[in-house]
Order: sequence, then C-alpha cells, then structure tokens
Amino acid sequence: MSGKKAFLEGRIKVPYKWYAGETGSRFLSALRDGCELWGTRCPGCGRVYVPAAKNCWECFRPADEWVQVSDTGTVESFTIARRPDEMFGLAPPVVYGLIRLGGAGGSLLHIIGGVNPDDVRVGMQVKAVYAEKRSGRILDIKYFAPLGE
Amino acid sequence: MGRRAAIVGFGQTKGSSSRRDVTGVELINEAVRAALADAGLGIGDIDAVVIGNMDHFEGVNYVDMWSVEGSGGVMKPVFKVTTGGTTGTSVAISAYYHVASGMFDRVLAIGWEKNSESDTTGAIITAYDPFWERPNMAGAIGGLAVDASRYMHDYGATERDGARVTVRERLHALNNPFAHLQQEWMRGKDAVFLVDALVASKENKVLAYPLRMSDMCPRTDAAAALIFAAEGTAEKIAPIPAWVLAVANRHNFVYYGDLDWSRNETLEAAAKKVFATAGIREPLKEVDVCELYLPYSYAGLAWMESIGFCGPGQGPQLLWDGVTDMDGELPVNPSGGVMSSNPIGATGIIRVGEAAIQIMRKAGTRQVGKDVNVAMATGFGGCYWADVMLLGRKKPV
Repeated sequence: MSGKKAFLEGRIKVPYKWYAGETGSRFLSALRDGCELWGTRCPGCGRVYVPAAKNCWECFRPADEWVQVSDTGTVESFTIARRPDEMFGLAPPVVYGLIRLGGAGGSLLHIIGGVNPDDVRVGMQVKAVYAEKRSGRILDIKYFAPLGE
Repeated sequence: MGRRAAIVGFGQTKGSSSRRDVTGVELINEAVRAALADAGLGIGDIDAVVIGNMDHFEGVNYVDMWSVEGSGGVMKPVFKVTTGGTTGTSVAISAYYHVASGMFDRVLAIGWEKNSESDTTGAIITAYDPFWERPNMAGAIGGLAVDASRYMHDYGATERDGARVTVRERLHALNNPFAHLQQEWMRGKDAVFLVDALVASKENKVLAYPLRMSDMCPRTDAAAALIFAAEGTAEKIAPIPAWVLAVANRHNFVYYGDLDWSRNETLEAAAKKVFATAGIREPLKEVDVCELYLPYSYAGLAWMESIGFCGPGQGPQLLWDGVTDMDGELPVNPSGGVMSSNPIGATGIIRVGEAAIQIMRKAGTRQVGKDVNVAMATGFGGCYWADVMLLGRKKPV
C-alpha cells in the first residue's frame, strides 16, 4: 500500500425526463412541424421572449400573447470554441453566438455555421438553417448561417 | 433572538404524481403567485428571496438563477439553501433569519420539487460518501426501515402500530385539497377496520422489512412559498400573523453507523431547544397542533417520543388513544403530512405553512376544532438531521 494513493473513479448517473410544459411544447412543436419560431409577448411591457416564456421576468405577469418572430437576426456577440472537450458534444471549431432575432427582447444562444469561422463578425445578419430530421429540440435549428450577399 | 417576525402569507400547488403541463420554473411561479395573493402583496413588495430544492432531483445545479422567471427574483437578493430533506424547513428558517436580522422586511421563501423528472433513489445516493457508503447505499427506504426495525425491537411495536399512523395521515389528507394522495375508499371508515385492511392486503407489498408500500410517502411534484415579515409590517399585512416563537436545527453525523438508532437525537435536541426558548414545559398540553415531517409511518411513533410528547415506548399508546387525531388533544398533521405529499424541497415549507394557517385560521376544511395558540413544524433529512420551528398566535416575549 505504501506510496499508492487510493482513489475511485466515478460518474453520477441519474436518469432525467424534463417536461417542456405547455408553453415550451408549443414553441418546440412549431419549430419541429413548421420551421417556425414563435415567441410570447408580455402585455405589460411588450417584451417578446424567444424561446417563448410563460411569465414576464420583469413584470411578473403571464406573457401570453403569441407572436411569430423572424428567423433572421443579428449576431450580438460570438466566440469560436477551438479545443475539443469530452463533456462538450460538438466537434470544434464551433462558433457559438448570441443571435437577436427580429422583434425578440433578448438574444438566442445558438451555433453559427455555413461560414468560415474567421469571417464571423458582430453585427452580421444570420438566418436559421433547419435540421432535416427534427424532433422538437432547440437543435432542430441546425445553425444560423450568414444571409446571402 | 433578533427582531420579531411572522408568517403573513402561504401558497402551494396541489401535489400530484407528474405535472407535465409546466416546467419546474412555472410550477414555482404558481406557488409564488398563490403566496403573494394570500398576503395581498405584489412581487415589488418582496425584499429578498430564499429558494431551495435538491439539485440532483431535477438535474439543475443552479436553481436560484434558473428559477427567476418563476420566483420573481429578478434584480433582488436571491439565496439558495439546500439541506436534503430538511431543505424546506431550512429555507423557512433562513428566510426568518433574513427578517430577524433586521436586514429585510418582507422575504419570500420557496421550496419545490418535480420528483417525476428523475429517479429519486438514484439522486439520493449521490448525497452519500463515494468511498464508504455510496457503493452500498440503497436510497432512503433502507435507512428508514433500519430505524423501524430497531424501534420494534426496543419496544415491541407491531406493524399494526405503523399502519395506524398511516391511517391517521390518510384520513386527514381527505380534508386537504392540496394533498397528493387522496384515498377516497378510506373516507368515513373506522381506524381499526382500515388498519386491518392495510395489514392483511396482499397488494400492500413489502419494500424493505418492515416497511410496506403503505408505510412510505409518495414522490410528489409540487411547490410552496411562504412570506415572512418583520414586526410593524406583519400586522399590516395579515389580520392574524403567525409569529415565529423559536427555531432550532441540529445536524449530526454523515455515516449511518455513527447514529444512535435507539433515538432520534437531533430531533430530541432541536425540540428541547425550541421548548426552552418558548418557555414550554409540558409540550403535549401546551402545543396545540403539529405539522411534523414524518416521511414514513413508524416515525409517527418513535419521533413523538423524541420530541417529548410522551415517554420512551409510549408512542403507540398515544396514537391508539386518538390523541393525535383531528379531534384529539394534539392533532398531528391535519394536512395529511409527508405520508400524503412529499415534494421533497417543498415538503418542509408545507409543514411550516400548514402550521401557520392553523394559527391564522385559514386552514379551511382541515382547520382543527380548537383554539391554536402554539403550532409546531419540523423538518427531517440528511443523515437524521432535524429542523424545528415553533409558531404562535401571540408575539414572543
């Protein structure tokens, strides 16, 4: 035993099944079935939440007006993840950015693709490219690609 | 002792096996809205938020951040408290400390859990030491079964005694529209008949000797919220505030083998402390109603002794005499208790809230039929940890 430092290797394994709720389910169904992006607008302050939120964070009242939002938006900021990591499911380099969709009160964290990473710029206009096989997940948007010249 | 503080609002969602129509955040929102409505306050009146659950039950590590849409915590001080099964009572005690300290006047305390979204046993095992107990640990039921075995050995208690606790909780739950388990077939039936039915039932499977399915709490989805307010503010919010008379919590060891299984020493010490603070010498006579965190039936025998409501081994007699039934000298768990709803992080908040509404006379169909001047709420969790809160109709001296 001398000189040996005893250790255990482990992994926490707990199965989960998260429900999106009625509001989240409506957003995900529209994305999956129609490649449409819908948000909810707060009748109080007018802020539009994308993805749809059930309650306005600022006004603490139901944000229950459904509005379709454009799937074209502006890159607010971005980075290029270049190092592989076992815990990160995507192969680098991955450009991920904050995309402000037309009419939305905040930006959507997503992937920017269809472009040389070195050409991505803040302020760039991008448009959603949808996955061919969609299953009601946020990655039904495959990535956001620069708008054609 | 700090500044005097009281509970002025309570809200909860109905317990259910699975709330698929809402996310955890949206569930929290329902309880917060109910509590604010109960107190006649808006979220703008709240100075700070304390929130708790168990991370691994939902797989979200950062509930204080994740939940702000529901909690109303945007741009407010938000504190997360997680102490296992005692989480809800620890959240309540922490919210009380916030007010008693003089730093905040109106504090929101939130507990919640969506047990349907994970594997409760798998999540509970992550709480144990990876070297010494995690490889051998079988979740919560095993530990409680060990507790029951020892009590039966020490005092000759039987499975009928355990079943009698279950029957009390189930009958009480029928008065509570928020309770998860509503066993309508039991309504109006005699307690002895029901005990016989549970003990004889072949469907009532043994989970871990001596515990059968009917001896255990369910896994529940629910959220609950309390509002604490300072003296001077509380009286303006609530016609009858439920004043905090005393709080205590006691934590002991990490390993099961280090516990003294002949007694619940943390509950014993915490109860002794709150009774001393509040000047209570004869708990059975001076406490009017209890909402005790009894996660399984036999706790309703042994832990009554730990609190000091009766002597060692006298729990079954107290129970069979009807002392703890709705019309008894000391009604225990008019809500139906943990045996009828166990949304773990919310469970302690519900105990405190249900005790508070007995004082505030807002308990509706589960209001006990006598004056309530002193109400007791407890929390249980971790490796036999205890939280106790005593509430009163009159301000503490």
